[in-house]
Amino acid sequence: MTLPQFIKPDSNQISRHISNTLYRKNNLFLFLLLTPPLLWFGVVYLGSLIALLWQSFYTFDDFSMAVTNDLTLDNYRVLFDSTNLDIILRTLTMAVAVTLACACIGFPIAYYMTRYGSAREKGFFYIAVMLPMWASYIVKTYAWTVILSQEGILYWFFNHLGITSPLESLLQLPTIGGNTLATSNLGRFIVFTYIWLPFMILPIQAALERVPTNLLQASSDLGASPAQTFRKVLFPLVFPGVVAGSIFTFSLTLGDYIIPQLIGPSGLYIGTMVYTMQGSIGNMPLAAAFTVVPIVLIFIYLSLARKAGAFDAL
Amino acid sequence: MRSNKSKENKPPIWLKTLAYGGLVFLHFPIIFILINAFIVSDANHTYFTLKWFSAAFARDDVMSAIALSLKVATVATLLALIMGTMAAAALYRRNFFGKEAITTMLILPIALPGIITGIALLSAMSILSIEPGFWTIVVSHATFCVVMIYNNVVARFRRMPHSLVEASMDLGADGFTTFRRIILPQLATALLAGGLLAFALSFDELIVTIFTAGHEVTLPIWLLNQLARPHDAAITNVVAMMVMLITAIPIVLAYYLTRGTETIAGSSK
Repeated sequence: MTLPQFIKPDSNQISRHISNTLYRKNNLFLFLLLTPPLLWFGVVYLGSLIALLWQSFYTFDDFSMAVTNDLTLDNYRVLFDSTNLDIILRTLTMAVAVTLACACIGFPIAYYMTRYGSAREKGFFYIAVMLPMWASYIVKTYAWTVILSQEGILYWFFNHLGITSPLESLLQLPTIGGNTLATSNLGRFIVFTYIWLPFMILPIQAALERVPTNLLQASSDLGASPAQTFRKVLFPLVFPGVVAGSIFTFSLTLGDYIIPQLIGPSGLYIGTMVYTMQGSIGNMPLAAAFTVVPIVLIFIYLSLARKAGAFDAL
Repeated sequence: MRSNKSKENKPPIWLKTLAYGGLVFLHFPIIFILINAFIVSDANHTYFTLKWFSAAFARDDVMSAIALSLKVATVATLLALIMGTMAAAALYRRNFFGKEAITTMLILPIALPGIITGIALLSAMSILSIEPGFWTIVVSHATFCVVMIYNNVVARFRRMPHSLVEASMDLGADGFTTFRRIILPQLATALLAGGLLAFALSFDELIVTIFTAGHEVTLPIWLLNQLARPHDAAITNVVAMMVMLITAIPIVLAYYLTRGTETIAGSSK
C-alpha cells in the first residue's frame, strides 16, 4: 500500500464542504448510503413478497377461472387435501434423501482435501468443486437428460458390461423405479444430488479447515482409534458445517421446478405445482399459498439448524 | 505442522478413491457436454466436426439470446455493484438498530428458493400492470446479485484499517479524494471478483427469469426451450458448451483475484 506523498488541497470548495459535512454527520452519511439499497429491497423485493402473500388470501372461482378480491382462508385449507399433502410429502422426502446423499458423498471429498491434500491439491480440489457449482444449471440438467435417456451413455455402458438386468430389476422397485432411468425417481434423485452436491462440500470443507489438527493428535495420543477420534472428536466439530450445507441442499431441492419437469415420473412437486397453478391454470391465490409451504418448512429447518450451531459455520 | 509427520499423513486408499470418485461424478456430465459439441453420429459412424459451431453462430435466435443475456448480466451487475458497495460501506463498521434485519434482507433473495422470488416479482408486476421485458429481468437479477457484491466488499472493508482513511484526511484530502485514491484502489479486486460472480450468476439464471422475462428469450430460456426440440440437439450441444465456457472464465478469475484472503470469492452461490 503506497500512500500518495502529497495531496493537493482540492480547489473545489463545494465538494470539500459536502464531503466534510458527510464525514462529520455520520448518521446523515449512513442514511444516504443506505437509502438506495433499502428502497430497492424494501419496496421492490419485500413489497413483492407481501403482494404474493396477500394474494394467497384471494378467491379463485373454479367456474369462471377468475380471481376475485374476496378474502378467504380456503387456499390454505386446500393445502391439506390428500392430493396436495401428497405433493408436499413427496417433495419433502426427496429433499431429505438428496440432503443425506449429498452429505455422504460430500464428506469424504471435503475431508480428503482438507486433511490430506497438499497446497496444490487443495487448490485443485477447490476449483474442481467450484466449477461444477457455477456451471450453468440448465446445461447440467440437459446433460443428465441425455446421459440418462435410453439411447444414452449410461444404458450403453450397462449394455456393454452386460449388467442391464440388475438395472432393470432395480427400476422395477416400487417408489424409486420407473420405465427407464430418465423417468424414474432414482434418476431424479441422482440429478438433484449431482446439482446440489458442491453446495454441501464447501461448507463442510470450511468447517474441517477450522478443526485444529492438534485436537486430533491429542485424541490419538490418548489412545483413541482413528474411528473413535472421528466419531467423538472430529464429527461433532464438523457437524455444524454439514448442517450449514444441508440448508442449501434442502432448500434448493424444495423449491426446484425445472428438474422435476425434465427428469423423473409425472407426479407434481411443490415447485411444479406452483408453476402450473400460476401459469396454465391461472390460480394465483393457490400458487401463492403453495409458496408459503417451502417458506415455512425452510424456517422450521433454519431454526433447527440454528440450534445445531450451523450459523457459526456459514 | 503436518510436514514432520508425513508418514502418518498417508491417506487411506479408500478415502482417496472416494474423493477422486466424487470429483469424477462432478465432472462427468460437464466433460460429456464438452465432448458432445464436437461429435456427430449418423447411422454408421461417429466423427469429429466443427461444423455445428458455424451453424450455431449463423442462427439468429441463438445470437439474439446470447446478446440479451450479455446485456442483462452487464446492466444487472452494474446496478448490483453500486448498491452492494453502498450497503457494504454503510454496514461494515457501524452497529445500529435494524442492522441484522438489513443484512438478512440482502441475503433473502438467494436464501429463499428462486421460484418464490420469481413468482413474487411476477405478482407485483401484474398488480402494477408492468409489462415484463428487458428491465424486469434486470431488476430481478440485480436483486439477487447485490449479495454477491456485498459479501465480497464487506469482507474487504473489514480488513482495511480505518487509520488509512484518517491519515488521508489528515494529509489534507477531502472525502471524495480519499474515496477515489485510498478506498477505491483497496476495494478494486473485491469489486472485480464480486462483479464477475454477479455476472456469472445473472448470465445463467433460469428459475427467476422464467417468471420475469415475459416473451424475451435469454440464453438459459432458449436452452430450456431447446429440450423440447431433440432434432436440433447438435446446435443445443454447441451452445451448451459455450455457456459452460463463458461462465467458467469469470469463476476462475474471481478465484485467483481473491485467493489468499480469508474469504475466497465464489465459495457460496
